[in-house]
Amino acid sequence: MNPTDVKNPEYFHKVVDCQYACPAHTPVPEYIRLIAQQRYTDAYMINWESNVFPGVLGRTCDRPCEPACRRGRIDEEPVAICRLKRVAADNKSDVADRMPKIPEQKNGKRIACIGGGPASLTVARDLMPLGYSIDIYDNQPMGGGMMRSQIPSFRLPDSVLNEEVNFILDMGVTTFFNTEVTSMREILDKNYDAIFVGTGAPKGKLLNLPGLEEASDSVYIGIQWLANVAFGHTEQVAQKVIVLGGGNTAMDCCRTAKRLGGQDVRVVVRSPYADMKASPWEKEDAQHEGIPIFDNHTPKEFVVENGKLKGMMFEKVEAVYDENGKRSLVPTGEDWVFMEADVVLMAIGQENAFPWVERDLGIAFDQWDMPKLDKVSFQSTRENVFFGGDAAFGPENVITAVAQGHQAAISIDLFCRGESLLDRPAPHTNLVSTKMGVHEWNYDNQVEIDDRYVVPLVDLDKALSDRKVEVELGFDREIAFKEAERCLNCDVQTVFDESRCIECDACVDICPTDCITFTANEEDESVLRAKLTGPSNNKTQELYVSAALPTTKVMVKDENICLHCGLCAERCPTTAWDMQKYFYSVTKAGQAA
Amino acid sequence: MSYQIPKFRHPELPKNQLGYTKADYEGSISTLCAGCGHDSISGAIIKAVHELSIEPHKIAKLSGIGCSSKSPTYFLGKSHGFNSVHGRMPSVVTGAAMANRDLLYMGVSGDGDTASIGLGQYGHVARRNLNMVYIVMNNGCYGLTKGQDSATADEGSVSKKGEANPFSAIDLPAIALQIGATFVARSFSGDKEQLVPLIKAAISHRGFALIDVVSPCVTFNNTPGSTKSYEYAREHMEATGTVDFVPMHEEITTKYDPGKTRDVTMHDGSVIRLKKVDDSFDPFDRLSAITALEKSRESGQILTGLLYMDKHSRDLHEALQTSRTPLNQMNEHELCPGSKVLEQINQSLR
Ligand SMILES: Cc1cc2nc3c(=O)[nH]c(=O)nc-3n(C[C@H](O)[C@H](O)[C@H](O)COP(=O)(O)OP(=O)(O)OC[C@H]3O[C@@H](n4cnc5c(N)ncnc54)[C@H](O)[C@@H]3O)c2cc1C
Ligand SMILES: Cc1ncc(C[n+]2csc(CCOP(=O)(O)OP(=O)(O)O)c2C)c(N)n1
Ligand code: SF4
Ligand code: SF4
Ligand code: SF4
Ligand SMILES: [Mg+2]
Repeated sequence: MNPTDVKNPEYFHKVVDCQYACPAHTPVPEYIRLIAQQRYTDAYMINWESNVFPGVLGRTCDRPCEPACRRGRIDEEPVAICRLKRVAADNKSDVADRMPKIPEQKNGKRIACIGGGPASLTVARDLMPLGYSIDIYDNQPMGGGMMRSQIPSFRLPDSVLNEEVNFILDMGVTTFFNTEVTSMREILDKNYDAIFVGTGAPKGKLLNLPGLEEASDSVYIGIQWLANVAFGHTEQVAQKVIVLGGGNTAMDCCRTAKRLGGQDVRVVVRSPYADMKASPWEKEDAQHEGIPIFDNHTPKEFVVENGKLKGMMFEKVEAVYDENGKRSLVPTGEDWVFMEADVVLMAIGQENAFPWVERDLGIAFDQWDMPKLDKVSFQSTRENVFFGGDAAFGPENVITAVAQGHQAAISIDLFCRGESLLDRPAPHTNLVSTKMGVHEWNYDNQVEIDDRYVVPLVDLDKALSDRKVEVELGFDREIAFKEAERCLNCDVQTVFDESRCIECDACVDICPTDCITFTANEEDESVLRAKLTGPSNNKTQELYVSAALPTTKVMVKDENICLHCGLCAERCPTTAWDMQKYFYSVTKAGQAA
Repeated sequence: MSYQIPKFRHPELPKNQLGYTKADYEGSISTLCAGCGHDSISGAIIKAVHELSIEPHKIAKLSGIGCSSKSPTYFLGKSHGFNSVHGRMPSVVTGAAMANRDLLYMGVSGDGDTASIGLGQYGHVARRNLNMVYIVMNNGCYGLTKGQDSATADEGSVSKKGEANPFSAIDLPAIALQIGATFVARSFSGDKEQLVPLIKAAISHRGFALIDVVSPCVTFNNTPGSTKSYEYAREHMEATGTVDFVPMHEEITTKYDPGKTRDVTMHDGSVIRLKKVDDSFDPFDRLSAITALEKSRESGQILTGLLYMDKHSRDLHEALQTSRTPLNQMNEHELCPGSKVLEQINQSLR
């Protein structure tokens, strides 16, 4: 194989598994170290720069970083990355003086953001410091989008959300709340320099089953019902509640119902338990609150007596997989099952809807009625209209909305300055040695063996008595330190200098996880992998291949399960290995060098 | 500085027949200098013993004094160990082996420990053909005492001190051959592909098995003028051939050119497959081995690989007809059969 080009910023970036997996590429190990050093405010700001809502995300993020975390490949469970983020938010001091300065002198460009969710707020966050004037339109009474209307207060307290939304609004954004935008043409007529559409995926799906019409008074669309609860329009629910669906919305619906007076609250889902869309921890949380989940039940009809909903009929199914692994749910032939209900909440998915965007404005839509967009710039077919967040490619999550908001802001800035949208700024990177002495590093290279710490919860009775009581208490500082110490510091890179190596094999012998091999090079990656010291079966992880050494062999390091313990560098008599800290951050609008 | 090695190991480490991974054969973290060849030899021993599926408690590692003799602490942490006096490892092994022939005796020594203070014991243990593996970690100097030239340092070799060694070198394999050793090999710490099968073959051999391993001392003797440096060893290594080791329980599947290869079945049923480089060399012929060693010395090469093996080796236990049962498994009556038996023995000697 060709020698690895470690100058390519993406090479070492990929080694930092969590950061690479994070849609906004938050420098995770950097903030985890800052937490261990009790520098909570610094840890918070590193997060804020990347993901804008550390307090929100530290409680609610879908955490794609955790399944990617290297620790999960060598230990039972990954680092509790998400909940450490919350620790930074909970323990930070006043950050007002760290917020970007907003120029008094505006640059004369006006931007409209339709929707006030995380995507639009991120656009505003990035463009306000550059002197843009920003108008946000949203049909809700306050900013935050679905973070406010959908994510229940027992997972995300209002105070946390308000603080982080206000950091942005206080930059001087002009807000038009309680304002439904019904015509894109009208917005265009206001002559904004650019328009960002961050309206999310606001339409909940409804299953049209027999009896729906008669039962309609007692059947609600989950996301509408949650919004009504969030804004105080719905304060209680009847005793028997069926929640249909197996995603996170279903979990939020059932847990909310349990707090509003529901006694017999149950989740009924078509798929097997293991296949449910909800994150494992959301399912666990619901079950912990005494909510049973009935899987393999397909809803068939509403049972209505004297105009009043009595319950629902379900057909039992089982999952059958064909040779391609494609699943179908096949009825078992058993009798239908009746379940009683006073209320049914439908949490079976959301969709985008753009009835307010006239189709003659040059904004093209595809066969699924989604806007046609450039995947990198988020520009629509009308050059000054951009989309981002759930409105762009369908429902995702907050961190994706933020990541896309950052990219859309770059595009809008380039567009307003008349530059090419293809000229995306390179990431900011920095690689420095951590060497402090002969065998000393400025990071904690000891690998702790502790199991993942569990986040303590509030007393269950207390939690269920009030929908505003936050369930998770968060880590205290002491546990946060211990959890932070589980992090392997994957950003401290093993950097190899072939000109120094004397091929003594010391690094090969010391490496606890058999990462390093000196061997004859091979053209074919799989042939080379087969020759390595340790099993090398994770093809998603790179091989670091050196140039040829004096013996004509090459050094090959399988990045897969390197502990970043630095022992290779400590053992190397010639400092051919060095442990170097790699900082990678996505460049934001206006920051390009 | 890390004084501890992380607990985590590769999650897919292969298991041997006993269900153990390589990690089960590790020792404590080494305190030798970073880059010391001895650590690589420790690694090779771990690999060989793991792959042979030997139970750790069936091994005793014994050594003298020196960096090399410290190294048993860094491998086979669950085996028996005896760190003896300088140059006296052979007599301790002899005693242990006489008492219990069921253990695998792995002697580890240095060139100072063996060729200087221990030369006498070395000669006798080889001559008696004690069933043991004898590994010399040969760095041409006294590493532990700061790098004085040892008796294996080549004439003219210049270590860190900067003065050329005025004396001629003792060649340990040559002495072993002269004196009657039944398995003689040489290797290099930086070549595990060669060293690991040699260690396995040495373990399978019944009788005295010497492996002299060139093992650079990075701190005192890895200088440009040294003949025991990494660079010199690599440039001057010349192999008699390659050795493949096929354990008893595995089937031999690959076929080789019969003119160039020979399969030798060891007493435990394993097979070593020798692939020759030079047709004139015969590792079963002592004269051929001695000639080859002399020739390579003249041409300034380091001859490595299996140099000599006596397929019909009779070890010390056979010669002395020692007890099959280890002494620690005998009861008091068997160990001390009483004055009548003693009387009988005395009578028989009159
Ligand atoms: C029940 C539920 C729970 C969730 N939990 C999580 C979670 O725990 N973690 C997570 O990461 N994600 C979660 N999500 C997903 C997450 O909320 C969204 O992916 C994210 O908020 C999308 O951000 P956005 O900025 O694209 O749009 P949104 O947050 O949807 O914001 C769009 C805003 O635009 C407004 N709007 C829409 N159309 C118009 C219009 N025509 N005129 C004016 N205003 C308009 C909407 O009312 C809304 O306020 C959850 C979603 C649901 C439904
Ligand atoms: C009886 C006795 N004499 C001298 C010493 C001092 N001494 C300790 S180690 C050593 C030489 C070790 O050399 P070698 O066996 O080559 O080991 P290395 O450290 O090079 O691996 C000497 C002379 C001693 N410990 N005991
Ligand atoms: S161990 Fe730390 S740096 Fe490595 S992937 Fe996990 S959280 Fe990220
Ligand atoms: S840092 Fe070096 S020694 Fe430690 S696991 Fe990674 S490659 Fe191995
Ligand atoms: S320890 Fe250093 S010199 Fe020795 S093989 Fe490894 S990188 Fe090369
Ligand atoms: Mg020595």
